[in-house]
Amino acid sequence: MDIPRYWRLKNQRYLLEGRKCQACGELSFPPRLVCKKCKSRLSEPHRFIGRGTLYTFTTIYQTPDRFDAYSPYVVGLIDLEEGVRITAQLTDVRPEEVEIGMALEMVIRQIYADGDRGPILYGYKFRPILQK
Amino acid sequence: MQRIMKPLRETGIVGYGAYVPAFRLPAREISELWRAGQDIDYLPVPQKSVPGPDEDTVTMSIEAARNAIARAGLAPEKIRAVWVGSESHPYAVKPSGTIVAQVLNIVPEVLAADMEFACKAGTEAMQAAIAFVGSKMGDYALAIGMDTAQGRPGDALEYTAAAGGAAYLMGPAEEALAIIEGSYSYVTDTPDFFRRAYQKYPEHGNRFTGDPAYFDHLTKSITNLLEGLNLKPKDFSAAVFHQPNTKFPKRLAKMMGFSAEQIKQGLLSPRIGNTYAGASVVGLTNVLDKAQPGDRILIASFGSGAGSDAFSIRVTDKIRSAVNKAPLTEDYLNREIFIKYGTYARWRKKITLK
Repeated sequence: MDIPRYWRLKNQRYLLEGRKCQACGELSFPPRLVCKKCKSRLSEPHRFIGRGTLYTFTTIYQTPDRFDAYSPYVVGLIDLEEGVRITAQLTDVRPEEVEIGMALEMVIRQIYADGDRGPILYGYKFRPILQK
Repeated sequence: MQRIMKPLRETGIVGYGAYVPAFRLPAREISELWRAGQDIDYLPVPQKSVPGPDEDTVTMSIEAARNAIARAGLAPEKIRAVWVGSESHPYAVKPSGTIVAQVLNIVPEVLAADMEFACKAGTEAMQAAIAFVGSKMGDYALAIGMDTAQGRPGDALEYTAAAGGAAYLMGPAEEALAIIEGSYSYVTDTPDFFRRAYQKYPEHGNRFTGDPAYFDHLTKSITNLLEGLNLKPKDFSAAVFHQPNTKFPKRLAKMMGFSAEQIKQGLLSPRIGNTYAGASVVGLTNVLDKAQPGDRILIASFGSGAGSDAFSIRVTDKIRSAVNKAPLTEDYLNREIFIKYGTYARWRKKITLK
């Protein structure tokens, strides 16, 4: 069980919370302690809206054991509206229907359950934007 | 008859939100596998919603509650209670409510707990939230009814046991899109359906679930509510009943004097099955999506074990601006990805390997 790490990362996983450099405004996700642009160590939490487009993707068929229940699943590189590219699983979509450039939105889903007795980890995934 | 339940401070719904998963299992898939299609002409529902492999009552509650908060336009930290009613909480011990409250940024100055009363847990949470706001213990309380219901493979309930539900944010009447006019609850010890500890699937009393359970409790709660408020079925523009299948709520409507037109918008079981604690409350979201100011709506739940909560609500002009601030229930209903029984059996962990 990895309870302390799971607890420590909850804002990142639940709220898509990264960092904003207080010197130059550069955004980062996952959060960086040192700005990759200006090397400043001064930053504040920044919550991303959770919308973006798919830059590229791959489909995972042979999964690590803890992700068995979800296979096959798609992992994408997603360009967030704020200009940061992140990695996340896609959900609510058949792998054959995934297309580069598709509009996506963040949802909270199970990432995995730690065996039959451990905690259930929740966090962000992305799905095609709900059609209205 | 007791007096109608009504809080001291007038209370109402300031935001509501629905959630239904994308996946659907046609009932014929179950019929063909377990009955060789023998019952194909009289299936209880044509199809049901199925949660994806990464969905549970917590993830679904989060999305419904997010929609409710968006409709209210409220800062999440103003919410002082989060109650999740379900019979499919992912943990046996650890509240779903704390996870929902954390993800939605409602923590930490908040009450959070889970409720269980078979299919009545959602309206039980609503009653508690109305009382909480109505007594001025807090200004806003979130009540959720949500389920990923379990059905034993081959059992009659497998046709209908579905996933979905809704969240209601209760607050002061002057901010409400619908005001609670009054409610009535009716409960007895009736063991029509239950699941013992550590059991994967529930048991039910077959036809015993009808007259002494569903119909008896619902007719009592509704009759008392109408009598107490001096209202008649014709005074309501819509009525939503617990919907374990298509037949029961239609028969109940006829018994109580409600027309097919009055129950039409709230009857979602033909499209998504029985969402248990979510069933009546998600039906109400579809009615609210289409409601006009001044409409009076009846909602009556039923939960096995057994009991019923009936509410009369009156829509205000705030409904107009609230509806389009979040996805409509129809948006979720129209999102249909059909799956085979094999996929359903795998996702719902019906295939046991050890």
